[in-house]
Amino acid sequence: MEVALAGLIGLFLSAAAYLMLSKAIIRMLLGVAILGNGVNLLIFTVGRLTPEVPPIVPAGETLPLAGSANPLPQALILTAIVIGFALLSFLLVLGYRAYQELDADNTDTMRIAEPEAAPRPPLSY
Amino acid sequence: MTANLEIVVALIALAPFLAALIAPSIKVFAGGFAGWVLAIVPAAIFATFLGFIPAISDFSVIRVGLNWIPAYGISFSFFVDGLSLVFGAMISGIGTFIVIYSGAYLAGHPHQGRFFSYILMFMGSMLGLVLADNVFTLFVFWELTSITSFLLIGFDHSRQAARRAAIQALIVTGGGGLALLAGLITLTLITGHNSLTGMLATAGGVQENPLYLVVLLLVVVGAFAKSAQVPLHFWLPNAMEAPTPVSAYLHSATMVKAGVYLLARMNPVLGGTDAWFWILTLFGGATLLLGGLMAVRQTDLKQMLAYTTLGSLGLLVLLIGFGTKEAILGAILYLCAHSLFKGALFMVAGTIDHGTGTRDITALGGLRENLPVTFITAILAAISMAGFPIAMGFLAKEEMYLALTQGSWPDLAFLAVLIIGNALMMVVGLLIAFKPFLGPTVPTPHSPHEGTPSLLVGSIVLAVLGVCAGLATDWINTAVLNPTGGSIYNRAVNAQIHLAFDLGNPAVWASVATWILGGLLFWKADAVRNRLRRAGEAIGWTFDAGFDALMFGLIRFADRITRLLHHGRLEWYLLLMFVCLAGIIYVPLLVVDSLPALPAWPELTFYEWGAILIAALGLLAVLTAKTRLTAIVALGIQGFSVAVIFMLFGAPDLSFTQFMVETLTVIILALVMTRLHLDDVDHRDLETAVRDGAVALAFGSGIAVLLLVVLQTDLDLTLTEFFRQTSTPIAHGRNIVNVILVDYRAIDTLGEISVVMAAGLAILALIKLRADAKGKRRGRRRGAIKGSLQ
Repeated sequence: MEVALAGLIGLFLSAAAYLMLSKAIIRMLLGVAILGNGVNLLIFTVGRLTPEVPPIVPAGETLPLAGSANPLPQALILTAIVIGFALLSFLLVLGYRAYQELDADNTDTMRIAEPEAAPRPPLSY
Repeated sequence: MTANLEIVVALIALAPFLAALIAPSIKVFAGGFAGWVLAIVPAAIFATFLGFIPAISDFSVIRVGLNWIPAYGISFSFFVDGLSLVFGAMISGIGTFIVIYSGAYLAGHPHQGRFFSYILMFMGSMLGLVLADNVFTLFVFWELTSITSFLLIGFDHSRQAARRAAIQALIVTGGGGLALLAGLITLTLITGHNSLTGMLATAGGVQENPLYLVVLLLVVVGAFAKSAQVPLHFWLPNAMEAPTPVSAYLHSATMVKAGVYLLARMNPVLGGTDAWFWILTLFGGATLLLGGLMAVRQTDLKQMLAYTTLGSLGLLVLLIGFGTKEAILGAILYLCAHSLFKGALFMVAGTIDHGTGTRDITALGGLRENLPVTFITAILAAISMAGFPIAMGFLAKEEMYLALTQGSWPDLAFLAVLIIGNALMMVVGLLIAFKPFLGPTVPTPHSPHEGTPSLLVGSIVLAVLGVCAGLATDWINTAVLNPTGGSIYNRAVNAQIHLAFDLGNPAVWASVATWILGGLLFWKADAVRNRLRRAGEAIGWTFDAGFDALMFGLIRFADRITRLLHHGRLEWYLLLMFVCLAGIIYVPLLVVDSLPALPAWPELTFYEWGAILIAALGLLAVLTAKTRLTAIVALGIQGFSVAVIFMLFGAPDLSFTQFMVETLTVIILALVMTRLHLDDVDHRDLETAVRDGAVALAFGSGIAVLLLVVLQTDLDLTLTEFFRQTSTPIAHGRNIVNVILVDYRAIDTLGEISVVMAAGLAILALIKLRADAKGKRRGRRRGAIKGSLQ
């Protein structure tokens, strides 16, 4: 079953890359969101898949049920989801503000940091 | 006694730096006498060196060291033998007079204190260089001389020419230093020692090593850069941009002699081979001739002297390359003689400049009335430079001619080179000694006046010493030549220099030939100069211009590379990144042929297939959505599918979180993005879409393939087992994922919360910033209206 998810992850990452290669900020943001999901699934799958049984210790026991899921990737992903959401929100506002200030959604026209006519280095001592 | 000696050696290496530290304060307190006060330090060092003579004259050494980087066996160690003693005495002795001279030459200069600091630091670096035992200590001081000479040459930094000369010297000598470092490291690997004493003790094996030629070339490049041998010589004449005391010091006893010192020091380890002989003699000979010719061509006193320094360095390198006993002794004698007469002549040039306001030899004449002491000093120095009897220069010339009149044809060819070079340098010496002082008086920018005692004392002492040295041949033999020659040869040497004018000796006739040739050239000096100038103009290209072309070419090249890689087009940056990522994944997999086996068709339940299929459909919908709202909703579809997948594979916590976050994302995206007036459709034409699609597929499939490779290996479950076993007994929690987050990795979670908080604050700031700016603008407008109403 990991194989099926590997294929799905490939699809997620391809879609994310395709969207990020766009010049429109909004599409790049969608790409970042999908990239986050794809990577989370990747971590999840590397930890191996076990159907249905969560890593929870039943009452009165000291060990979880045999065949329960691997808790370690889950802990990592839980952190990743939250941080990914924070990053996406920040990028969203950044894109929104960039649109308001520059009136542009196209990365080709956003050249304030690296202007087309950057000064040449001086040729003297 | 030994313990005391060690302390003294360590003090010698440290004292100039300590003096440099307090020099500016001494300048403030002592005022015009600062030069005399500070000169105590080098004078004391010089006296200490003289005291060492008995201790080392029987071919023994004094060592001192402390561990610096014990892990690599690198120590901060010094040693004194004949060779370092001669250099150390010259550096400190001439340094004494240079410091006194600077006190008068730069009197009233606003940064004189800083100048004292620089020159004392430079002196300390030079002393450390010639005293260093460990080769890495030697390298550190080697580069320190480059840096401090950079400060000195560029001292007058408001002039562009000074800045350029300083950078040029730093790049050439510092770059040579890097070659030297590589050579020294290789040498350390070959010999197994990183101290000079260790290398000298085991000398003899390096010449047969297959890496010998590499080491030789690297060390020679370092030495040639420092000692200004052709074709790395151009920085030295430019270094004349420095104040005259610096020129006098750098060119007589220090900086440029460092390369000569290194070659002499390495003679037992690297010398004695054909490669050594030909490299040193050919480059040395070329430098000697070029320096001599260029010196006659100049009219600026300092430039003339600078080019003769070039010639002298070539002469020394040639003699060391020649390597016979007479050649080495001649080199040592010439080294001392040159330091004395060149130091004196530079100070004379500075005094003339100081007293008249010009250094152009064609604009000077008849100064003998006004500068009588300088005149006599110049004559004495020129006698040694021209190699007339009883002067030290004469002894040196006799010895080097003796070395070359032993027979075979290369000797005679080199003899001819030496005679021509010496004759040319003699011309310059005579020109400087006579031209400005004799003949009709020429008006100068200042009315000519004699230098103060501080300006004169150094040049007088050095010039007199240079001439009188010929009377103390016995002392020179035992105190200078035997220990120094012993160090260069690595075995005891018995020198028998004596003052004689024996007409049966061919060396005497070589000297006579030099005088005749020099006399003729001096007689026709103006004609020779004009002819050389025309020749130089006919060639039209100089190494100096080549340096500029190289430097500016480097800057242009860097500019072009930067523009190529840093073009400011975001999509190209990303494209390059994804292509590289795909390459990093696929190339190693293909090269080591570890592509995963084709996996079997997975066995999944229908609802698992359903979740995967819906996710895939959601992705497709995002990619093909016609409007933004559709795309955002489709984004929600794939996010919720991911949540379902988490749920199906035993991760309810992830599932809940994913549901919440995905819901929030969709809502916020919809709120923000529908407010903007954006283009609905993807702008990409078919060609671009295919290109991006191919790159994206390569990247995505690469990760998938890599994942398959990883899945075929065994997973190390040690950590997972640890968490399973301990979560309830130790951490008292039943939900293992939660226990990991809030207990085992609590600090990590704290970090995560901080990131979320920081992002929230940043978002708030971004939005508030806009609102405030609007509010202010509105406020201003309101104020304006109010103003117009009143």
